[in-house]
Amino acid sequence: MVARKTIGMIKFGILSPEMIRKMSTVEVKVAETYDEDGFPIEGGLMDPHMGVADPGLRCKTCGQKMNRCPGHFGRIELVRPVVHSEYARYIEYFLNAFCPKCGRPLVSDQEFTEIVSSHPKKKRLKALAKKGASVKKCPHCGFERTPVRLDKPTNFFEGDRRVWPTEIRERLEKIPDADLERLGFDPKNFRPEWLVLTVLPVPPVTVRPSIVLETGERAEDDLTHKLADIVRINQRLKENIDAGAPQLIIEDLWDLLQYHVTTYFNNETPGAPPARHRSGRILKTVIQRLKGKEGRFRYNLSGKRVNFAGRAVISPDPMLDIDEVGVPEWMARIVTVPLHVTEWNMDEARKYLEAKDYPRALYVVRPDGTRKRVTDTNREELLEELAPGYVIERQVIDGDIVLFNRQPSLHRMSMMALKVRVLPGRTLRIQPAVCPPYNADFDGDEMNIHFLQTKEAQVEARELMLTTKHVISPRYGGPIIGLTKDYITALFLLTLPWTKFTKEQAMDLLYAAGITELPEPDEDGMISGRAIFSMLLPDDLNMKFPSTLGKHLVAVGLADKKGNGPISPITVIENGKLIRGVIDKAAVGTGKGRLLDYMYRRYGEEFTKEFTTRVSRMANRLLYMFGFTNSYHSLKTPEEIDRKIDEIVDRALKKVYEYVDQYNKGKLEPIPGRDVEESLEIYIMVTLSQAEKEVQTLLQRHLLETKLDPVHILDNFAQIFSGARGSFANIKNLMGVQGQAAVREKRPHRGLYQRVISHFKRGDLGPFARGFARRNLRDGLTMDELFFWGMGGRMGEVDKGVSTQITGYYYRRLSNAMMDLLAFPDGTVREVTRDTIVQFTFGDDGLNPQKLRHGEVPLDVLYDEIKAGEKK
Amino acid sequence: MAGKRSILDHVLVPKCRILKEDEVEELLKKYGVSKDSLPKILADDPVVKELGAKKGDVIEFVRNSPISGKALYYRVVV
Ligand SMILES: [Mg+2]
Ligand SMILES: [Zn+2]
Ligand SMILES: [Zn+2]
Repeated sequence: MVARKTIGMIKFGILSPEMIRKMSTVEVKVAETYDEDGFPIEGGLMDPHMGVADPGLRCKTCGQKMNRCPGHFGRIELVRPVVHSEYARYIEYFLNAFCPKCGRPLVSDQEFTEIVSSHPKKKRLKALAKKGASVKKCPHCGFERTPVRLDKPTNFFEGDRRVWPTEIRERLEKIPDADLERLGFDPKNFRPEWLVLTVLPVPPVTVRPSIVLETGERAEDDLTHKLADIVRINQRLKENIDAGAPQLIIEDLWDLLQYHVTTYFNNETPGAPPARHRSGRILKTVIQRLKGKEGRFRYNLSGKRVNFAGRAVISPDPMLDIDEVGVPEWMARIVTVPLHVTEWNMDEARKYLEAKDYPRALYVVRPDGTRKRVTDTNREELLEELAPGYVIERQVIDGDIVLFNRQPSLHRMSMMALKVRVLPGRTLRIQPAVCPPYNADFDGDEMNIHFLQTKEAQVEARELMLTTKHVISPRYGGPIIGLTKDYITALFLLTLPWTKFTKEQAMDLLYAAGITELPEPDEDGMISGRAIFSMLLPDDLNMKFPSTLGKHLVAVGLADKKGNGPISPITVIENGKLIRGVIDKAAVGTGKGRLLDYMYRRYGEEFTKEFTTRVSRMANRLLYMFGFTNSYHSLKTPEEIDRKIDEIVDRALKKVYEYVDQYNKGKLEPIPGRDVEESLEIYIMVTLSQAEKEVQTLLQRHLLETKLDPVHILDNFAQIFSGARGSFANIKNLMGVQGQAAVREKRPHRGLYQRVISHFKRGDLGPFARGFARRNLRDGLTMDELFFWGMGGRMGEVDKGVSTQITGYYYRRLSNAMMDLLAFPDGTVREVTRDTIVQFTFGDDGLNPQKLRHGEVPLDVLYDEIKAGEKK
Repeated sequence: MAGKRSILDHVLVPKCRILKEDEVEELLKKYGVSKDSLPKILADDPVVKELGAKKGDVIEFVRNSPISGKALYYRVVV
């Protein structure tokens, strides 16, 4: 029976000296740790009453050996009390809130009642201290007092007079329990005088074990060093007091004791120089151990680390399937997966146990739970006793199921299940088509792999988490696993109407995709790229959708939506044959990817997986043939285009100067709701961005007119045409005008007095003084243009860094708030831990967004299925 | 102003009504829960006051949904 308890309340308090003595097993009086023989000294910092850190020795308190003894506290009796530095602020509050003589609050009873009733518990003391600080005469006993001031970190003064901890303690002792209670304290768990330490707890040896170096020397923990300092000074102080040393010397030692106790708690106390190791390294003391990302809480308690996991740099491998991960052999040799021996798999188990090299069994677990490492010497014995009920822990092999994860894990596709392919090399490998859900690239990204150990976990992962089950993103109801970048370019080139191959080339391409049949050649004996691509499509596939190229063509009026244009803007597949248009981002890309989307919903996971692998291998092969590069010369524009660009820009600039002129004359008509300055900025920005847009359209039309032919398509604008990479906005910057640099959606305006940079006159509001670059990247920017562009670029980088952090934290809070919401089979969404209904129907419509297409029911698939007689 | 106007007539306020005792029972039975497990609505919510619902009453809301047309939601007055 597991005893379950609920935490009703947590009480925080401060240890009383009495309590510290009660929980102490030994008083530490000696600063040393071990004697010459290496045994812990009695009454020393490693006293065996506080537990043992050496194997073999027994604890003098509980009698247990190293691993069984939980450790016990000791104590140091401080000769003179010291202030607890972390509570110095509160001591100051107490001293200013209460009378040093009678211990009552320094305000009248009526005022005290008022403070108590108008402040929450947390704020009462501070409020009272604020009132009391200025009080000269105690309203209760009439004592004339001076305000107390804290000189950080731990020194208190009354005017110029130092108030020593002994006196502080006496004053705090006088405060009545009743007054404390009214301030919100529980006197049983907290008395202000406990903030001044008279006895210091010494943590158990297990908390600060010493390390034996290779040289045989012992290296003590930082805490032990610090405690030794405290014991040593405490001892010196005692000797001096006993010997009747002058007050000044005693006070110096007292301060030194205070310093050591302060840095023992917190070696980053403001105002106290950090204590250092002999080597000059700053010591890590109590608070440093607990605090921050690498502290006990975030690193050890909230941090979760597991076994059977690995991490390595990732790299691409187009020869893998989308549900496979390439596991380096060295990793596969280390990690094991259990094989439960039954009468049906005895032969398999024996095979692994007999094997001397990979893949072999590394461990054998007997039914009684004892584990044996398989060695050359005990292999025969183990083979002999092997029987059903045994478990063999064998090395990882092809087909094992694993979880594969890339941080930040922002959605469920950040951790998917894959099947192992053991491969040579040092890296983990994935099919590039699964990069988008992980948001991975190969510029040094690392990923984590988890080797599933139990049958339940393996089955669950296989049924729910396999990549092939996550081709459609539940976020937007479209493919998230899909082709990217050069694969799209390659398919675009392949399916252009004029792309033709010889029989040999066609065989080469098809064989790369694992197809050993040739399509019917054309009349000239050549085989079209479209025919080759069509070999990958199912025979009953019929589709019609606008391509990315089509959208670009339509946007500049080179094609119409009906399908007329130099190349059909609409992709048409009839009976599994691509007959018009091209295959590009709109067909196989992530996000929209109409072909992938339809294929996945209609023909299923296996088919889509097959298609993705085949198509990417074919695309790979094709790029070997075509080559893939860019040249400066392809960016050249004919003079006529240059002239038109100049015309557009000049016209806009003229208009801008007119606005500036009107503004300077005070004649500019302001936009309703804006002042004149704002209006001027808006007029200018709108004028210039319209001009930029015009240049962009001009260039887009020009490129689509001149580069969409068998020769010039190799100038590599195919990347933009197909939506694989880059945009016409990039083209505008390259070949047209770089345009307006913007900082926070405004023209750059901050910098020097009345101007941004010293290349312009003061008060110049013209386009160039405010970051308009009329040159382009092909011809090069002037230095001021580059500088302005840098301002915008810098802002972009800063924003990116800041917003990822902020959104990351938002996401964390959201997912933590929603993590125990669960969709139930009856359609309700409930909070499991509290048995509360949150929604009566999941999402108010009971629909699974992953099964929808961009939020709508994909009726076309249903229609086609019914028509084909697959469904009724 | 002619005639009394009710906030319940506002386009942005979903159609709502107090469930009858037997309806509440049926609802709780359907989901296998007690009233504590239902979503809550404060007694001083304007809609609750307008309906004249008391603490412990269950109010049915008919919300518009882009795909399913309407969605039912129940909240208990606390
Ligand atoms: Mg990267
Ligand atoms: Zn012990
Ligand atoms: Zn007094």
